[in-house]
Order: sequence, then structure tokens, then C-alpha cells
Amino acid sequence: MKQQEEDLSRLSSIFETYGNERKGLIPILLEIQKEFGYLPKEALKKVATFLNLKPIEVWGVATFYNQFRLTPLGKTHIKVCMGTACHLAGGRLVLEALERELHLKVGETSEDGQFSLERVACIGCCMLAPVIVIKDEIYPKMSPFKVEESMLPYRQESESFIEKRRKD
Amino acid sequence: MGFFELQKRAKAQWLALEERTHIKIGTATCGRAAGALEVLQAFEEELFKRNLNVPIVQVGCIGLCYAEPLVIISKPQSYRILYPNVTPELVPRLVDGYIEGEDPCLELALGTLEIDERGFPSIPELPRFEYECRLILRNCGFIDPTNIYHYIANGGYSSLAKALNMEATEIIQEVLRSGLRGRGGAGFPTGIKWEHCYKAPGSVKYVICNADEGDPGAFMDRVILESDPQQVIEGMVIAGYTIGAQEGYIYIRAEYPLAIERVKKALKEAEEIGILGKNILESNFNFFISIIQGAGAFVSGEATALVEAMEGKRSEPRVRPPRLSEKGLWGSPTLLNNVKTFSYIPIIINKGSQEFASIGTEKSKGTAVFTLAGKVNYPGLTEVPMGTTLRRLVYDIAGGMKGGKKFKAVQIGGPSGGCIPESLLDIPIDYDSLQHAGSMMGSGGMIFMDEEDCAVDTARFFLDFTTKESCGKCTMCRLGTLQLLNLLEEICSGKAKIEDLDLLRDLAEDVKVGSLCGLGRSAPNPVLTTVRYFEEEYRAHILEKRCPALVCKDLIAFYILPEKCDRACEHCILVCPTKAIKGEKGEMKVIDQEKCSKCGTCLEVCPHEYQAVVKLSPLDKLPSGETKG
Repeated sequence: MKQQEEDLSRLSSIFETYGNERKGLIPILLEIQKEFGYLPKEALKKVATFLNLKPIEVWGVATFYNQFRLTPLGKTHIKVCMGTACHLAGGRLVLEALERELHLKVGETSEDGQFSLERVACIGCCMLAPVIVIKDEIYPKMSPFKVEESMLPYRQESESFIEKRRKD
Repeated sequence: MGFFELQKRAKAQWLALEERTHIKIGTATCGRAAGALEVLQAFEEELFKRNLNVPIVQVGCIGLCYAEPLVIISKPQSYRILYPNVTPELVPRLVDGYIEGEDPCLELALGTLEIDERGFPSIPELPRFEYECRLILRNCGFIDPTNIYHYIANGGYSSLAKALNMEATEIIQEVLRSGLRGRGGAGFPTGIKWEHCYKAPGSVKYVICNADEGDPGAFMDRVILESDPQQVIEGMVIAGYTIGAQEGYIYIRAEYPLAIERVKKALKEAEEIGILGKNILESNFNFFISIIQGAGAFVSGEATALVEAMEGKRSEPRVRPPRLSEKGLWGSPTLLNNVKTFSYIPIIINKGSQEFASIGTEKSKGTAVFTLAGKVNYPGLTEVPMGTTLRRLVYDIAGGMKGGKKFKAVQIGGPSGGCIPESLLDIPIDYDSLQHAGSMMGSGGMIFMDEEDCAVDTARFFLDFTTKESCGKCTMCRLGTLQLLNLLEEICSGKAKIEDLDLLRDLAEDVKVGSLCGLGRSAPNPVLTTVRYFEEEYRAHILEKRCPALVCKDLIAFYILPEKCDRACEHCILVCPTKAIKGEKGEMKVIDQEKCSKCGTCLEVCPHEYQAVVKLSPLDKLPSGETKG
């Protein structure tokens, strides 16, 4: 989806909290992501100037860690656990079912900004495998069959959109 | 405030709770996922409705994850009873029965916490608890992790009070004598590490607790931080006092929001009552702890990489030497230990090194915490003496394999560990025996596999993980793991040649010796152990294009048995996401192999009495006339 213009004036209060030492880089990036939902490119440049680093150093850190995203998340963000227990219990099939259901590939955000799909390593609920997390709520013991039903409440808002894509 | 004053206050508070009827609900992440917060709300509403003044305490995780949400109801003159799998619907029944009445609702109970002479089932007599030895899990699920007085009332911080009157060298001697080895996985003797840090010159030193639990399948550090965070803090303060540090950090992965929240609360509480900060417990020792939130990288679990992350850089491991104990965080001597290692410290100081060293095997002392997951009946968390056999863990503690299926292997230590087959079930587990078997203790995460799990696919899964998580600093890890993954994918899809098996082995050995840090050096373990113990399975994939466990998608097909299909039933047609199943009402259902996405939904919904959908491998087992996907 398209990058929108973000109001970067909110950055200054984040900068103030952390001070301009290099050790503040990751906390600052986490804070920015909390504020915007992702790391806007322009914000990264401002961080580099503030911390007196080369932009490439900030970019290097922002692309290294799994938590950081360079594109906005969907309104409904879905995380599919791909830990070992979930894998053995068929997590991959659940992921594929979600990709089909939402017409998205893992890592993408839908064009209308409604849904985004992400795979995560392990959320530490192995006895409930396979699990997915929709909007921070954990859905235990999933299967491809349960995917459609679990998405129902979230789909309604963007029903028209999905229908349209289905017809395409 | 002095320690005795604190202890008095804590004991009074604890006693006041114990003297009343009260409810404990496990609301760690695992409990919440199973619906503990809904149960909590139901209890609150029910008690409010009946105008009952019964305290509800939110506790952590007791380790019986299969039975979540768990509720303990304690009555002062009667039993403390543990109820498993509680739902909001059961709440009125429990309030009626045991809180207002005298009916302990035994049909809903798992057992009493005390051994009971009336013959009620009791928790300590369950096989799991009989073989367990709970040292660092002793409080988990029984105390309120957000109330420091609960910890103190149960013996907490008495070690710190004791340690503050000991010489640093005495403490180091105790840790050395205890034989404690680092619980992060590699098993480096903790006492030696502490001694190095103590002796390292420098006025500024740091203590770091590594809570970057990245193994996909291990969650004990999360449970400890969510259920009993104060013991970790106590261990860290003692460490700081011993090596002469004033600052400590707990590095927690961002994927554990509840653990972060609870540790934050714990630190604040400790500061408020003078256990952290200046003049700890009225001594002249100062120590401060802050939380650093990890941004998500498996490699950050490696000690030097973690320090790099804390310095605001990409989490790439450093070349050693120098060790962290000489030149660590911001160039100062740094002591870095795992969550569990710090948790053992108060126990060792309190009970003495001898008692600790009396548990375990000759070279691995104390207990080990394992997470049990995968195809077993009672997944969860357990703490057993080092040297317990795998067989005991599988059959007595985890309750055997689910559905009576056959045990195939256990993967220990996640992506760094290896697959241990049935023939090795009787080895006593400790650092050395696991290494000898080609695996390692690693995180202590155990995933049990049955005959429906494919050894090749499991190795592929781990390599997929390590390839993605390799930081890219050294060539053997960055490119070697990728090549290993490519080979495994070819094998899984039936495109490999038999020579590839030797190539796989050679390359795995090379990656092992040629990598800089533990991630690369241990990444080939899943490949090497599966090739070693399940070579037949690799050969079947390569030579017969057959996946014996019926897992690898390219080698299997779904097929509806004509003699078993009910014909009138249309379950499979209705659910197939790719509309691959044809057949009018009353006719045989047939899967169009071209369209089939092999998701398995048809097999899942086909009614139990028909069981008409089956998986076939190799593909040429499909009857002629079927299209081959």
C-alpha cells in the first residue's frame, strides 16, 4: 500500500525522552513504531541527524530486527506462529489458508489497509499449537478449516473489497 | 527498612491471605490464551452478585499448560483444590459448591494440593510431580508475581540479606562449589564466569540478564518472568554485589509484552521497599536495574550479539577473545547470565552449595527446566533433576504420546539442538550426554514427534529458521545454511539425487566448524542428527520419492477411497477452499489433483465413521486415471 505523509512533529518528544546517544537508537525506533505503526522513511532520516549517525547506519538497524516494519500495518493485523510446535501441528497449512482467504501474501498489507499478515517465530503458547494472533488476541488450535470463521468478524468492514478481488 | 522488618510485614500479609477463603487464577500468557481472563471476570461477577468478599489473586503458570485455565480454591480449614480447564460456565458451580458450600466439586478437580488421607486425588502424588524437583519453579503459580511481599513471605530475598554480609570471594566460592553451569545452553560454569568478572580490572562493571528467549518452542524464561520475576532480580543483585557492579539490565524480547509488564512492576516494587537502588537493605551497596526491550532477532540470544544490540547496533556477534567479562558492554567488564541461571543463585546462597550439588549428575548439577510440547498428552513446563531419562519425561511426566501413537523422536534445544530417536530414550539427560548424542541442552525446549512427523521436513523447518535468522556476518553461516536449506528443499520435493546426501553431510560439518558464533556452529545439528538417526527416511524421499510420514507436500496426494465415501455426504465439497472436489449429490466424490492445494481440510471434516479421505505417497500410488498434481 502507498506510503502516506506522516506528521513528524511528534518525533521531537520521543527524541527528548531518550537523548542523543547511540544506545538510544533501538528504543527510539521502537517508540516511533509504536507511534506510527511502522517506521516512516523520513523519520529514519531525522533519527540519523538527531543521533549524529549516517542514514545507512539507522537503515541497517531498522532492517536487521524482525520487530521493525517499513510499511504500515493493516487495521487488522494477523500474526501466524511458525514455532516448532505450531509447524508440526500444521501451522504452514493455516498460513496458506489465511493467504487464500485474504488474498494476501505473508508480509503484505492489503491495499485498502484493512489486513496485514505476518509470520512470527514463537509466541510461547506451544501447547495450544497451531496458534494465530488476530489484533493481539490469541486463537488456539487452529486449522485451515477454522480460518474462514475466525476471520468473519474482521472481514465484515471490508467485505466489499474482498468480494471485488474475488471476482477479479 | 531492614530485611527483618520486611519479612515480618510480608509474612503477616501472606498469613492474612492464607487464613481466608481465596481464589488463585493463573493468568500468565498461556493461561490467557486459554481464556483465563474470561474466567477471572466470571468469578468477579459471580462474587459481586452474591455479595461475597473473597479475594482473587492472579498468579503465574504452574506448568500444567494442558490444563489451563487453572484455578486454585483455598479454604483455611479445608483443602486447597486445583481445578483444570475452568470455563466461565463452570464458575457458578464452583462458587456454589466449594466457596459457599462444602462440596469440593471433585468431579471438576484435578486434585488437592495437600496429600489427603480421605483418598481424594492429590497433586503431589501425580506421576508428574513425583519425579519433578521444583527449585526455580517452586513459586510459579502459587504467588502473586506483582506482589513482592508474596515472594518475601516464601523465603525471598533472605539470600540477598545473607549475601550482603558475605565477602565477594565467599559467594564466588559457593557458586563454584555448587557446580552450577549456565542455563543459556552452552553450559559454561557460572562460578568461573563470576570469578573472571570479579577479577577483571575496572571500576565500572555491568550485570546483564539474557531474557531473549528466541528458540521457537521454548517458553520457560517467559514463564519465570511472568510468574516469579523477583527471584531473577534477587540473583542479579547478588551478582552485582559480588562482581562490584552498580548497574544491571534485563534484556527481554519484545514478543513477550506481559513478561515486560510484570518485570517492570517487579522492579518498581523492589525499588520502593529498598531492595533496589541506593543502600540496598540498609547496606552501603547500590544497584539499579533497567529493562531493555529486544527488537526481535534470534542471534541476539548470543551473548556478544546481545551486547551489540544494547549498544544500539545490528546484533552481530563479536570475535572472542576478548570475553565479555573483560570487555563487554561499552567496553567494561560485563557479567551476562540467563534468566534461569540467576534464578538458581538465591537457592544456592540460601541452602548452600552442597545441597544444590547433591542433585543431578557428576558434571551437571542441580535441576533442568524443560518445556514439553508437540505430540504428547500433557504438554507444559517441568523441572527435573539433571540426569532424568528421556523415557521418564515422555511417559511419566508428559503422559505419553497423544492418541497412543508411536514415539518417533524428540527435538531438544530448538534450532541449535538435535533430534534424539527412540533408541536413545534411556540416556540420562545432561549437558554432556546430549552433546554426545549430537544435540545440546540449548534452551531446554523439547518438541516430541510421532510417526506422522517427517524428520526431513523438521530439519528443513529449522534450517529455514536459521537461514532467516543468520546475521550475515560470517560466510559459512550466511551462505552455508542457505545451501543446506536448498538441499533439504530438493529432498523434500523429491528432486534430489542420492549423492546430495553426502554433500549435505559434508556441508553441515563445514558450517559447524567454519562459523563464528554459536548460531552458525549449532545450526547444522538438526540436519546432522536427522541424517544420523533417520537416514532411511532421507533415502525414501530421494530414491522412492516417498515421504513415509506423509508430510512433504510435493510427495503426497489426497485421495478419496471409493469404497468408503458415503456419497450422500458433501462435507468435503463444501469446505474445499480451491473447489477441487467434484461429485453431485449421491455420487462418488473425486479430488481434482490439479486443483488440490493439499491443505487437508477434507481429511479434517470427513466424518469419523467414513474416514474416506487418505493421504498417499509416493504419487504413483494414485490409481490410474487420477490426474497427478
